[in-house]
Amino acid sequence: MKYHTTNTPARREHGSLRRLRMVALLAATAAAAMTAVGCATLPSARELDAQAAVMIKAAFRDEGIAKVDRIQQDLAQSACSSDKMPEPPTMQKIMQESMATVKWPEGGRFLGDWRQGERLAQNGRGMTWTDASADPKGNGGQCYNCHQISKTELSYGSLGPSLYQYGKLRGVTDPSSPAAEPILKYTWAKIWNSNAYMACSGMPRFGHAKLLNEDQIRHVMALLLDPKSPVNAP
Amino acid sequence: MKPKTKALMVALCAGPLIAAAQPKSTSDGIAEYRKMLEDGNPADLFEAKGEDLWKRARGPKKATLEKCDLGLGPGVVKGAWVQLPRYFADTGKVQDVESRLVSCMAALQGFNAEEISNTPFGRGEMANVTALATWVAAESRGQRFNLPQKHPEEQRFYELGKRAFFFRGGPMDFSCASCHSVDGKRVRLQELPNLTKNPGDGIGFAAWPAYRVSQGAMWSMQFRLNDCYRQQRFPYPGFASDLTVALGVYMGVNAKGAESIAPAIKR
Repeated sequence: MKYHTTNTPARREHGSLRRLRMVALLAATAAAAMTAVGCATLPSARELDAQAAVMIKAAFRDEGIAKVDRIQQDLAQSACSSDKMPEPPTMQKIMQESMATVKWPEGGRFLGDWRQGERLAQNGRGMTWTDASADPKGNGGQCYNCHQISKTELSYGSLGPSLYQYGKLRGVTDPSSPAAEPILKYTWAKIWNSNAYMACSGMPRFGHAKLLNEDQIRHVMALLLDPKSPVNAP
Repeated sequence: MKPKTKALMVALCAGPLIAAAQPKSTSDGIAEYRKMLEDGNPADLFEAKGEDLWKRARGPKKATLEKCDLGLGPGVVKGAWVQLPRYFADTGKVQDVESRLVSCMAALQGFNAEEISNTPFGRGEMANVTALATWVAAESRGQRFNLPQKHPEEQRFYELGKRAFFFRGGPMDFSCASCHSVDGKRVRLQELPNLTKNPGDGIGFAAWPAYRVSQGAMWSMQFRLNDCYRQQRFPYPGFASDLTVALGVYMGVNAKGAESIAPAIKR
């Protein structure tokens, strides 16, 4: 097992987290004292939140490319970490901030090669602690893990909606036409940062989190939107 | 010709006809494959190894584990598994079967608990812990999950486990709930149990430890959780960390009433 001596979690710990740990420690001490005098009660929901944050932080260590900074949450993650959806204003904020992260394709070139897109859709590899590099070049798009896409691949997941006939159902007959532009832009932004249209989306933020590079996203776009792609077979 | 092979030939020849009459779903096919594998589950070997390890004098103190208290009193193994994780007064901690076994190995046999916890899965004493957990689980086969929730620490761990279950992080924003909070979903063809409630007899928490055919290895629940986190693209969770034990409490309490089939056999 590897232990990384540089850049330890403690050194990287923010003041806020240190405070959080203090609160949890105090809460735990109080809970222990109450148990001792026989009036044990469950800590409040807020105290439990703080204790859970400390517990989660304490549990993980770096391994390969998967460093502990991966559990430092941004708003889209922290606000979507319960069995309830966040309040509407928070959801609005997440969607606005997410839309602002979208990097549009250079020269307005939205589509690549659907054949390469199919290969990326099939490939579920990348970003685990057993992968050598976090460079998107080595990553798959993981699409079939959750979506039906082409009709020929029967081994598809069902966590996401079916994408079979994606472009055809949306009336994309000529991707270079002005009529197709809104759906091209919508799809690009959805793949780049899924939270732009739905806060707490279950889909990874492929562009924003650097899971796929621009060229790879073009290929996946082509798989969905190129009229010649088997996804849009007549 | 073996009956199975013969049946397969018949099925192949009559394939188009049968397919038209009664399409067999992919999950039916997988269930059939699992049924076939059950005839010879290699977990049996680990079960036997675990029983032997329990009864053999080992470690610096040359003692057996026969006085180990798994929650129902020293030496009581039957029924213990379906009530774990639970609170133990002697360690002052909520423990799952594996962390409890390590505590017993340290207290009774003189092993170094930290050293065992830092050993990779499948190696050295960690492999022995997995075998012991396999046997302990097997001794409760057919019993129904009924984790205690009386002690405040058990209740607290359930709440912490629930929070951990929904915690989203990593480059793909996944939590346990991403895949395991809705009924009837799949990743590729793999069906996903809904672990926020009782997912049914022998499903989810009630199936591990299990022999993984694709890995050719016995996987404990700690190993299973470790690989879940790998696939979630998280950093590395510590063996028997409060986090993993709390997740066990959350899943185990939710599975109340589910029949344990552990040790099971898996893809």
